[in-house]
Amino acid sequence: MYEIIFYFFAAVTIGSAGVVVFSRNIVYSAFALFFTFFGVAGIYVLLNADFLAVTQLLIYVGGILVLILFGVMLTTNTVSVDIKAKSLNTLPAVSVVAALAGLLAGMIWTTDWFMSKNMSEITAQTTSKEIGSALITTHLLPFEVASVVLLVAIVGAAMMARRESVKTQISNSK
Amino acid sequence: MNELKLLLENPIVMSVLLAFVPIVFILVYALVTLYGEMKVAAHIQNRLAYMENGWHGTLQPFADILKLLQKEDIIPTAADKFLFSLAPYLVFVGTYASFAVLPFSSGFIGSNIDLGILYLVAASSLVVVGLLMSGWASNNKWSLFGSLRSAAQIVSYEIPGVLAILGVVMVLGTMNMQTMTQMQDGGIQNWLIFGGNFALGQKLALIPFMFILFVIYLLSSMAEVNRTPFDLPEAESELVQGYNTEYSGMKFAIFYLAEYANLFLVSAVVVILFFGGWTSPFGSFMGGPVWSAFWFIMKGMFFVFVNIWLRWTLPRLRVDQLMYVSWKVLTPFALFCIIAIGFIMVV
Repeated sequence: MYEIIFYFFAAVTIGSAGVVVFSRNIVYSAFALFFTFFGVAGIYVLLNADFLAVTQLLIYVGGILVLILFGVMLTTNTVSVDIKAKSLNTLPAVSVVAALAGLLAGMIWTTDWFMSKNMSEITAQTTSKEIGSALITTHLLPFEVASVVLLVAIVGAAMMARRESVKTQISNSK
Repeated sequence: MNELKLLLENPIVMSVLLAFVPIVFILVYALVTLYGEMKVAAHIQNRLAYMENGWHGTLQPFADILKLLQKEDIIPTAADKFLFSLAPYLVFVGTYASFAVLPFSSGFIGSNIDLGILYLVAASSLVVVGLLMSGWASNNKWSLFGSLRSAAQIVSYEIPGVLAILGVVMVLGTMNMQTMTQMQDGGIQNWLIFGGNFALGQKLALIPFMFILFVIYLLSSMAEVNRTPFDLPEAESELVQGYNTEYSGMKFAIFYLAEYANLFLVSAVVVILFFGGWTSPFGSFMGGPVWSAFWFIMKGMFFVFVNIWLRWTLPRLRVDQLMYVSWKVLTPFALFCIIAIGFIMVV
């Protein structure tokens, strides 16, 4: 049963990722990304990482994907746009992709994966409490640094948005 | 008979059956609310509404459903057929997935996961994607504007809403919806809006902040279901009907059903967070699994009624007022409450 569910989520993830990459319509790519995120969240659930799965949905679907969709919808005409879909810079792209694929494949083969014969033997346990206490004790510094970086980003974004409105006000008053 | 028993003991069959419980509830509830909304609206605005079919028009919702079922399902030629057909289901799935973690009674909860309320927030973000999809696929300016407004509104109001939820999570120390409810058990004085089940000093200190958080969550939940005074996505005078302008027949019905299901969902969350979920207001009197389902649904329906009441009483906000309320009023108040609650819970 668990295997069927796993293969279902894996198929959803890989299939929709294929659509993201190969689709000629950028809006299709953006919407297909939703199913990729969803499939990854499903796989996280099967890996007993419940907090990660929910966060994946919350941040990637609720935040980043909506942002991407807004970007796509506001910057292009609402009718389907012809984005450039031909190959550019083939040689550098192939070399970078080959290097990345080699790195990932090497990592997958050398890692000593934890395999269980019977998936149902693993009891479901919650991770949120452990994650919370780890963030506030052993990983406190990275956690705080990340929050400061995010704060700076928010202030920066607000600054950029405000400057434009001040400019338009000045030009309007002239 | 034995075979049936064996089939029911199969965990997969059982979970599939349990997954259908909320849909049965949603369908019945939608019929009641369809009628209730029209009647409440009519009484508020001094009109008659349904009067012809049955006693005071009680058969009208059935006629409406029958009408919706047999309407022609039109897909505009210029629309993106695949996304156009997919969008209503995505919206409904996002809403329905959230029902999995609602504790309907002390004996029934779809999935008693530890991250209940966080999962609910995450699952309802699927709705935003579905709305954007419907607006874009319709290939209609009004639909697109409606869906963009709707998404912007939901995303902005999610922030004060989630901050209000965070305040409650800080008080109760859990995100599991069933545990949250159990911690408010024992009578009306233990509901979180009345300070929860704490020592007297702490309880009195919590009451004002709980009340502010309740108002914040109620307002943001009304914005999330896109109803007046926050119904800019469907502003008829500007946008025809918003994101579902081009939809007809069954697809429109599913949007409608999702909207009503979402309305109950946010009302249920208000009830679980601040009004003790399924707990009886009289302590153990009128408790038990069946009574608790009764209390849960009654409390939920009361807040559905509050939503309807406000919808037909208040005028619509302007876009800038909408954003002002979210970012400059609700969010700072919610942050202030969180800090105050932190101090109260530590002391």
